[in-house]
Amino acid sequence: MIKTSGLSKTFDGGVEAVRSVDLSVEPGQIVGFLGPNGAGKTTTMRMLTTLLRPTAGTATVAGHDLIGAAKEVRRHIGYVAQGSGMPPVTPVKGELELQGLLYGLSRREVAARTAEVLARLELTGLETTFPAALSGGQRRRFDIAFALLHEPALLFLDEPTTGLDPQSRANLWDHIRSLRAEKGMTVFLTTHYLDEADALCDRLLIIDHGRIVAEGAPAELKSGGRTLDDVFLDITGRSLREENALSGQGA
Amino acid sequence: MLRDTWVLFRHGVSVTLQQKVGIAFGVIQPLLFLVLFGPIFATIGTWETLVPGLIVQLGLMSTGMAGFGVVFEKRLGVLERMRVTPASRLALLLGRVLNNVVTLIVQTLLLLAVAFAFGLRAPAPGLAAGFVLIVVLGAGLAALSYAVALSLNEQLFAPVMSTAVVPLVLLSGAFLPMSMAPGWLDAISHISPFRYVLEAMRDLFQGRYATGTVGAGVAVTAVFAVVCLTIGTRVFNREQA
Repeated sequence: MIKTSGLSKTFDGGVEAVRSVDLSVEPGQIVGFLGPNGAGKTTTMRMLTTLLRPTAGTATVAGHDLIGAAKEVRRHIGYVAQGSGMPPVTPVKGELELQGLLYGLSRREVAARTAEVLARLELTGLETTFPAALSGGQRRRFDIAFALLHEPALLFLDEPTTGLDPQSRANLWDHIRSLRAEKGMTVFLTTHYLDEADALCDRLLIIDHGRIVAEGAPAELKSGGRTLDDVFLDITGRSLREENALSGQGA
Repeated sequence: MLRDTWVLFRHGVSVTLQQKVGIAFGVIQPLLFLVLFGPIFATIGTWETLVPGLIVQLGLMSTGMAGFGVVFEKRLGVLERMRVTPASRLALLLGRVLNNVVTLIVQTLLLLAVAFAFGLRAPAPGLAAGFVLIVVLGAGLAALSYAVALSLNEQLFAPVMSTAVVPLVLLSGAFLPMSMAPGWLDAISHISPFRYVLEAMRDLFQGRYATGTVGAGVAVTAVFAVVCLTIGTRVFNREQA
């Protein structure tokens, strides 16, 4: 579903954010992408979602060439950024409709898909409200709804549960699992939370200083009775738990 | 691309209509000049000279500040949400520009209606031609405004643009024709593209169509719009916009 080879991004000014990343994601997997702040998680994800142009390397995403067929890639992926993409003062309904139409759906298709996606995410009836009136968990589920309207085969989530209370996080995990179970969707997500990586993901990729430094199933990485935090500390020299505490995000 | 432009335009119009106050606010300043300054100007000049100036002022303030909206959309991630859809990036620009142009048309009609009540008497062909000029100019300005908004630091956009608009309005000769200015000021004002558009519009409102001034105004408007739309397209196509 994703295959990259030597994918790199050097920003103007010489910062090498991502250095020759080779990764592959199989269809139907939920893959967690972990790393300390500034390790290159978001830059990699923004390249894979066509928002940033790689400075070197190639990639195939959802069956299409990332560089040569960006439009086809966009047609087949959904992307939920870290921040909410909803203007606070216009009802969600109109924005959802716009998003569906921009994905090339007809008005009738948009209506049908919207109803289906909202029901799936337990949001039915809330689409006439303003985002400012929604709870954090509801807003996040709406963000995901925007990315599901065109039934993508591959869903990218950038820190989907950051800032949510434990209940909303668990609820979101259930929704992500059911997307995979019922729709066969492949999910690629970045996270700061080791418990999330452990509980939700089939496979983990750990990135540090722009390079993939470890990968495997959570159980494989934890072999020998270590916790994921021990593994993370060994590999990156940093404790994710401490980083989270420092940035006030909790773990 | 046309469909995406249309989709975004329709959406923009519906959002604009929810905030009717915004449309009215854009036209308040030129209306104030019309009502509180126009009668004084009318003692030394004509409404046909003043009103084109107020239309140019309206155009600069209305479409010149268009980029303000996209500053918010960028900060909120709305723009990025649209940039991961297959919609063409040019459509994301043109749909917005079209919405700003329609707002400008409504505002200009409002201004003209009040101006007529005060005594403006311009021939229909001249009015229509002037209208086309301001619409094309407004499209260019809106595109330029978006380009500036996406290129500048977000806190800088509002102060920079609202300050830039003032000399551009004054140097176009919007309130008093530049022919009254001392030589040096008159010379500087030739740098402003809006001066040519304005003078052409004054000729048109007075029923003079085949003049060199009109020709220059049309040429400057066309070149300005093409340049601005090209810049806007470039910026919207740029990866991090």
